[in-house]
Amino acid sequence: MTFFRQILSRLGRATINSIWRLGEASVFMARVVSRSSIVLRRPRLLVAEIHFAGVLSLVIIIVSGLFVGLVLGLQGYETLKRYGSTGAVGTLVALSLVRELGPVVAALLFASRAGSAITAKIGIMKTTEQLSAMEMMAVDPHARVVAPMFWGGFISMPLLAAIFSAMGIIGGYLITVVVIGVDSGAFWSQMQSSVDFHHDILNGVIKSVVFGAAVSAIAVYEGYASVPTAEGVSRAVTRTVVTSALAVLALDFVLTAFMFTGAH
Amino acid sequence: MSKTTDLIQLSAVNFAYGQSKIFRNLDVGFAAGKVTAIMGGSGSGKTTILKLIGGQVRPQQGSVKCEASVVNQMKHHELFAYRKRVGMLFQFGALFTDLNVFDNVAFPLREQTSLPEVAIRDLVLMKLHAVGLRGASSLMPAQLSGGMARRVALARAIALDPSLMLYDEPFTGLDPISTAITGNLIRTLNDALGITSIFVTHDIKASFKVADEVVLLSRGAVTARGTPSDLLESKDPLVRQFVNGEVDGPVPFHVPSKPYQEDLEVGMGRTDL
Repeated sequence: MTFFRQILSRLGRATINSIWRLGEASVFMARVVSRSSIVLRRPRLLVAEIHFAGVLSLVIIIVSGLFVGLVLGLQGYETLKRYGSTGAVGTLVALSLVRELGPVVAALLFASRAGSAITAKIGIMKTTEQLSAMEMMAVDPHARVVAPMFWGGFISMPLLAAIFSAMGIIGGYLITVVVIGVDSGAFWSQMQSSVDFHHDILNGVIKSVVFGAAVSAIAVYEGYASVPTAEGVSRAVTRTVVTSALAVLALDFVLTAFMFTGAH
Repeated sequence: MSKTTDLIQLSAVNFAYGQSKIFRNLDVGFAAGKVTAIMGGSGSGKTTILKLIGGQVRPQQGSVKCEASVVNQMKHHELFAYRKRVGMLFQFGALFTDLNVFDNVAFPLREQTSLPEVAIRDLVLMKLHAVGLRGASSLMPAQLSGGMARRVALARAIALDPSLMLYDEPFTGLDPISTAITGNLIRTLNDALGITSIFVTHDIKASFKVADEVVLLSRGAVTARGTPSDLLESKDPLVRQFVNGEVDGPVPFHVPSKPYQEDLEVGMGRTDL
């Protein structure tokens, strides 16, 4: 009995803690969004954060996108060859990328590269009392530091997802058309005729916007709420990557269910 | 010291971090225009007093007043308006690591004023000159020694010409020359700018040289206060232990525990403890 009571008690405590953290994160994000006018008044702060979260993530996004496209092209070609429809490989690569892999893989890479960097930066600023110093100078860190970082990530993520998808399509083209010898006209024309702007591309963009908001919010919150020690910041960075990955995958399922189920 | 001349007054302050009680009914004032040192053992609540004055934490009970304003009842915008008149030097400087020395000192001016960049440049150079680091304006914080970083942080703290300066452990980790320079700066800035200064420290020699008055904290209460010479001549055993750095006394060397012999018996075959 005592054993079950202990398990129940731990479960209850964990649930209460999770709800409490969710509430705290919501209040924090409401505060950040309400103090976001600074990014319009001082766009330089936003540009710096787009550089930090977006431009510095370009290498990993471009290289990963290219490799994912190469693999998709190879796998797609090998499968479609059995049915004699290798010309549809362009469609397969493009639909896989713009609907799913582009937004999801780019978001996972974004969380690992930019999300962790955002959390670490805010966490270290907290540990070294830079945020407290800012507060004592009557400068609100929610507005001056957190808001530009959040919006920088929010804006960068859909752009990175688009670049990821574009690089994937280039990778698919290189492996199937240039290397294997699939007809270039069939590759592009079938892709053009089967990828719908609203149904496929726009839904992919909506996904990447939602993922961008989720990952950026998790990253800034974890940094701000981190325990101001080396171990605390390290734990916060880990939480950012893990929570972001789970949030992206869960959100992807929900969004996919709404967007694509029963559409055809 | 008459209470009417106090710039800062903490009255009946109760404060705890979670379950850990720091102050019970703390009453202490800080005289306007003076340099006051807050001293005491680790964990006696010295830095917490600075945080209470700066409005970074609020007491569970009691009040923290600056002149007629109650700091712990201020709204967000009132607190920020109040902080424009308060400068704070953090223990390790808390310089912004992505900005160079010049931009660190310019930061509060750029954030809080609409001065043209030419005027900001002159003001920054004046502040840096006051701390002897005008020639280091282009260096990054990582290129500075501990003492230099503290001086840059001091230049930044006085950038908005505060009427109250708070210093958290300004001498920690500094060599004797840097300690003397920092102490001299605290005194000189206080007198030249006509401000009030409060600093927290363990360094008896440096603080007694600089301070007009010393407040000694122990177990969350003020146990002694007076001029440095008052404290040096004090017969109070706690003051004597602190001032002379004695290992044992009213503040015991050993953390309370069960008798030594009883504890050692565990290793001699007794496993029932």
